[in-house]
Amino acid sequence: MTRPLLEVEDLAVEFDTHGGTVKAVRGVSFALHEGQTLAVVGESGCGKSVCVQSLVGLVPMPPGRITSGSARLDGEQILGRETVGGMRVRGQLIGMIFQDPMTSLNPTMRIGDQIAEPLHMHQGMRRRDARMRAIELLELSQVGEAEKRSRQYPFEFSGGMLQRVMIACALACEPRILIADEPTTALDVTIQAQILSLMRDLQRERKMSLILITHDLGVVAQMADEVVVMYAGKVVETGSADDIFYASGHPYTQGLKSAMPQNQDRRAQQLEPIAGSPPDLFDPPTGCGYFERCPRAMQVCEAHQPPDFDLGKVQHRCACWLHDARATHDS
Amino acid sequence: MTANEPLIRADSVSRHFSLPQGEVLRAVDQVSLDIAAREILGLVGESGSGKTTFGKTLIGLLDKTAGEVWFKGEKLPARYTPKDFARFATRSQMIFQDPYSSLNPRMTVGEIIAEGPRLHDKASRAELKDLVADWLTRVGLHPDHASRYPHEFSGGQRQRIGIARALILEPEFVVCDEPISALDVSVQAQVVNLLGDLKASLGLTLLFIAHDLSMVRYVSDRMGVMYLGTLVELGNADDVFFEPKHPYTELLISANPEPDPKRERLRAHTTITGEIPSATGLGNACPFAGRCPKVMDVCRAERPSLRSVENRLVACHLFE
Repeated sequence: MTRPLLEVEDLAVEFDTHGGTVKAVRGVSFALHEGQTLAVVGESGCGKSVCVQSLVGLVPMPPGRITSGSARLDGEQILGRETVGGMRVRGQLIGMIFQDPMTSLNPTMRIGDQIAEPLHMHQGMRRRDARMRAIELLELSQVGEAEKRSRQYPFEFSGGMLQRVMIACALACEPRILIADEPTTALDVTIQAQILSLMRDLQRERKMSLILITHDLGVVAQMADEVVVMYAGKVVETGSADDIFYASGHPYTQGLKSAMPQNQDRRAQQLEPIAGSPPDLFDPPTGCGYFERCPRAMQVCEAHQPPDFDLGKVQHRCACWLHDARATHDS
Repeated sequence: MTANEPLIRADSVSRHFSLPQGEVLRAVDQVSLDIAAREILGLVGESGSGKTTFGKTLIGLLDKTAGEVWFKGEKLPARYTPKDFARFATRSQMIFQDPYSSLNPRMTVGEIIAEGPRLHDKASRAELKDLVADWLTRVGLHPDHASRYPHEFSGGQRQRIGIARALILEPEFVVCDEPISALDVSVQAQVVNLLGDLKASLGLTLLFIAHDLSMVRYVSDRMGVMYLGTLVELGNADDVFFEPKHPYTELLISANPEPDPKRERLRAHTTITGEIPSATGLGNACPFAGRCPKVMDVCRAERPSLRSVENRLVACHLFE
């Protein structure tokens, strides 16, 4: 495989709070290849948002703190830096869209001006040109009547339309990577399908790489080339979408799948919830984070953090003691 | 009540809202359906299709503009008086979507769950305490949780509190309004299984409103599809899901992503265009005419009525 576009290694992020220090991200590594879509999956609170936000300097410091790790884009360290090689990391190298577009946009500013602002400020485009470019970007994001819409305010848009506006904003400076943090969670399935297909098309046209954060395995199946499964601030499994869906090696990944209805056929299926809830990250477990909920937990799991095991195929790795040669396979 | 009589019968139920400038928003427009005792009827549709409004009119939380609702053969009043609420609230309850805003943050969990039976004089003070402890256990919480406040709980736990509050009155009919939308996947399964177990042990009848089609298929016996205030398809949940007839149902289901990459790659993406319009000024056209890929001239002139097509009901001119 060629060298990845983005390589994150051993990233750890903590937050100081009144209740103590939350170890939100505890040594995360993953790689994103050019033109590919990487999905980051996991329950709320598993650290997926914090992890990518720290890449683009969106983790407020303090209270946040990056305690270790590196993130290299084309070999250049970007972690903790605002600009790299004269380009702004957030905006020009990496664009970002969020779950709730309504709170991400300025309610008192016209849509067109909000898209034009970074073009004017950061790329030195003349205001008039920036405004024209904003209209083009709205058209690109398939916002109908782009010129008229560019003079409207966020409240005049539906949720799906605002998400298109966010995409236009994120694409304004032609970033190499687009990070989409739960971009369709607040939308109806019909609008979700529209937004996902728009992102796929734009990605293909621009050879852009995409990091998609989601907890919806249906969206992952539709969009992802590679998948990173996170739990309690750590990566528990990485692999291609097929590895993760058809040959997953981690009990958590398997648990997520059997908690979702499958629509293979009319047969009645029993949903199997994952009992309990994720561990407290103020005082993270010394062993495997999934130990308390894991149906296949062994003695070793409680006290010892499992290392990454290679599951035979390229880049399919899993942090679970079941793959150690010494594990007993009685089930 | 005879053996074949449904628990709930909605007959041409409408709920309209008057807007400024004399416009009328037809949030629910002439919806008729029956829900049999011990049945789970799933209701799907995009936001703004009138699912929640319909659920609320069924149990009197919203007045009906027109139409009738029958509960076990008894006609319910069009507009509930406090007396009606006292009589019917113990028979029909609601579980809300947002487990954060639907619990009073200044009441303890015990007070929240006990409020219903307390107001309806269902139990003495001493009994109430035991009853609350019993219900906390039944929904998978601990009796000690009664003295805590809602903010101390996670979303899934709050939804369990909401379920205990609704079911402690032992209603026969419960409207579940998107009870799992705000929850994580693993917790969704916990709550859905809990509802299923309680339904079986208490003999409940449920109207299960959600926009997650796979989950509604999994949970429901029958599935209804709403669009702009009208019911466009109603049938056995598997039939509707696997062989949708109405073009809107077809598009909804084709937009539903499956957790299966191989099938997703093969899938023909017939993406639905446009967004759900406002339910005002629809006139006589089919409400879906503006977005329908199979639209015909007749659709713009005449609203199709719900009619029986093979094993289900469909409101579409294609099947006439």
